[in-house]
Amino acid sequence: MSDTVTLAGPQQRQFNPYSDNGGTILAVAGANFSVIAGDTRQSEGYNIQTRYAPKVFRLTDKAVLAVNGFAADGNMFVKKVKQRLEWYRHAHSKDMPLRSIARLIQSMLYGRRFFPYYVYNILGGIEEDGSGAVYSFDPVGSYERETCRAAGAAQSLVQPFLDNQIYFKNQVAAPGTSHPSHLPLSDVLALVIDSFTSATERHIEVGDGLEIFIVLARGAPIHGLEAIQGIQEMTSNAEGERVFIVRRVLKYD
Amino acid sequence: MDHHPMNWGRPRNDMADPYGTYPIPQRPMNTQTFEDSVQHTQQPIVTGASVLAIKYANGVMLAADNLASYGSLARFKDVKRVIQVGSSTIVGASGDMSDFQYLQRELDELVIDEITHSDGHNLGAKEIHEYLSNLLYARRSKINPLWNSLLVGGCSPEGKRFLAYVDLLGTTYSASTLATGYGAYIAQPLLRKAVEGREDTLTEAEAVKILEDSLKVLYYRDARSLNKYQIAKVTAQGVEISDSKSQDTTWGFAEGIRGYGAQTQ
Amino acid sequence: MASSVHLPTGFDFSNEIRNNFLLDKGVKLPKATSTGTTIVGCLFKDGIVLGADTRATEGPIVADKNCEKIHYISDNIRCCGAGTAADTEFTTALISSNMELHALHTGRKPRVVTAMTMLKQMLYRYQGQIGAALVLGGVDASGPNLFTVAPHGSTDKLPYVTMGSGSLAAMAVFETGWKAGLSREEALQLVKDAISAGIFNDLGSGSNVDACIITANGTEMLRNVEMPNERVQKERRYGFRRGTTAIKSETIRSLIVNEEIILPTTEAMDTS
Repeated sequence: MSDTVTLAGPQQRQFNPYSDNGGTILAVAGANFSVIAGDTRQSEGYNIQTRYAPKVFRLTDKAVLAVNGFAADGNMFVKKVKQRLEWYRHAHSKDMPLRSIARLIQSMLYGRRFFPYYVYNILGGIEEDGSGAVYSFDPVGSYERETCRAAGAAQSLVQPFLDNQIYFKNQVAAPGTSHPSHLPLSDVLALVIDSFTSATERHIEVGDGLEIFIVLARGAPIHGLEAIQGIQEMTSNAEGERVFIVRRVLKYD
Repeated sequence: MDHHPMNWGRPRNDMADPYGTYPIPQRPMNTQTFEDSVQHTQQPIVTGASVLAIKYANGVMLAADNLASYGSLARFKDVKRVIQVGSSTIVGASGDMSDFQYLQRELDELVIDEITHSDGHNLGAKEIHEYLSNLLYARRSKINPLWNSLLVGGCSPEGKRFLAYVDLLGTTYSASTLATGYGAYIAQPLLRKAVEGREDTLTEAEAVKILEDSLKVLYYRDARSLNKYQIAKVTAQGVEISDSKSQDTTWGFAEGIRGYGAQTQ
Repeated sequence: MASSVHLPTGFDFSNEIRNNFLLDKGVKLPKATSTGTTIVGCLFKDGIVLGADTRATEGPIVADKNCEKIHYISDNIRCCGAGTAADTEFTTALISSNMELHALHTGRKPRVVTAMTMLKQMLYRYQGQIGAALVLGGVDASGPNLFTVAPHGSTDKLPYVTMGSGSLAAMAVFETGWKAGLSREEALQLVKDAISAGIFNDLGSGSNVDACIITANGTEMLRNVEMPNERVQKERRYGFRRGTTAIKSETIRSLIVNEEIILPTTEAMDTS
């Protein structure tokens, strides 16, 4: 008989403070608007925890934040961002500008560099110059301003689609024409809805419900928005930017 | 903890005596000898299994059995896993029972503090859930979790219902039907089918029936469950937690089973 | 006893050690398509109803939205498969083949226990390396028979069974709804409900319901008996204008091959 050698070293059981709650978020910036969306399924493993857990939050009339990853970290992070924005309002009697919120989020994420918030953030809204903007972050605070970004479980399915349809990647414009640098709102909304219905088809963690936030720049035309069924306005100050929300059902399977 | 005899009765930290004025020389310098090996909870010990909860027309109903297991041993068979907190909230717990009983003391203290304020404010289920979420999230962030999954149900005097979940990671969510442990896999499908879309019309008797049917399936299929349970309800009128009860079960089909393969007799 | 000179039949495990070594070094091994799956079977008055969902997954990605998980064994026996898709397909096909040969050899209608025994003996031999979790059902000379076969080869004989990641959801439905002597319609409805519980509560299961009713009078395969998850209409059409894809370089080559045929010059036979 050969002598048996136990190769297994000392075993240490460690509590894992993280979890992955699935779902997907995305945001697209237009010339004078911004669209931020996320599905509402929260899952763990093969289990649906709830069919309705919001991942997209209105911060101010001109800023909306989508969070995806570990839900407990996400909710805590949003709570802390909102708290900082409230303090800013008390100190300066105005809402924090979008680019400042982006920088604030960077500091808050990097502040936890060695015990990170396991969260992918996408911030959408209107800049002080009235342009639509999207900022995307990694869990430890690296960020950049972009025109569109998808994150979360189905990022690898949605981002290439957005690259093709919004940045016109791998598409040659018809002779004598050029691709538009910004799409109209109706096109963007259609692309966002199609992104989520497609992700629902092919990713098991995406589904149940869809929440789309639309932020319009001050004085921007409402271009047919009121015709969308079930649209709700969430604006708090009538003179400034306007925030709307549209809800859609996604498949439950 | 420092158990070195030289340090009995001494301040636990050198900050209190930085120049070593203590008369006996050569005592161990680091009085926090065992600091690195303070044990945090790595696994639950005495555990409770599933908790189920649903919204119904009058409020929220919650159910849990009375078993606390020690591994595979059915150790304690008369454990209360559903408690009342304040006047309009019920909390049901699965996971580590000692952690839950600690939470109970924390909640009692919270409620007493609130009463002593006498400021006309009241702790509702939403506030208690928020408190528990913050507590559990803070503990997980210290890598020293309270090993529980909790369901918090409530109903305000105006009839506004609340039902939400929180666990050892600080993960929270809410829905019209919730279940912890194996209940999330076995009972939740039944609860969703019976309740979704009927939250505002289900009567109390129907709600009890739905929960008892699910508890029975759990008793059939979850080896860490017990056919002795309590049902708690919270309505606009307040909280009611039932006495322990059990259900009739059927095992007749077992007599028709012969072996697991080719055998027929 | 002399060492075997025969080549072992079946799988070749000689790369096992190498693969484990590579795994330790952090090399990712290819992932097999698995049928996350809810599969069920239950007894009723005149026979067996089998059921399955139709989602196949590769990790969190849906690989096939409408795959068939109820496999043919013989006219009166069917087998639902969960686990590694390839394993369930090949195992059931192999046993189906052997059952046909067995039937021809014995001149009798095949029995469910025979298929069950073949399956468990094969799966046991491979010590769980063949990731097939099966629900086997059929009606033979002995009456209706229903089994589960786990990947390591253990079997169960019960009046109602479930397997796969949605097995708990489906079993909960059976535990509340099943009783002895169900009618055909009641049993089919119960199976549909059990599979639906898996489809809507388990992320590994989804899309449509397949069912199969086996009685002494024959087998009825109900493919997509329920389709509660039809794809919704897209908001836009995604056709591309001709010329959208950039042409980086262009080479035109003639596919017509020109050949010059030189006929051999035949010399007159030397008859001198």
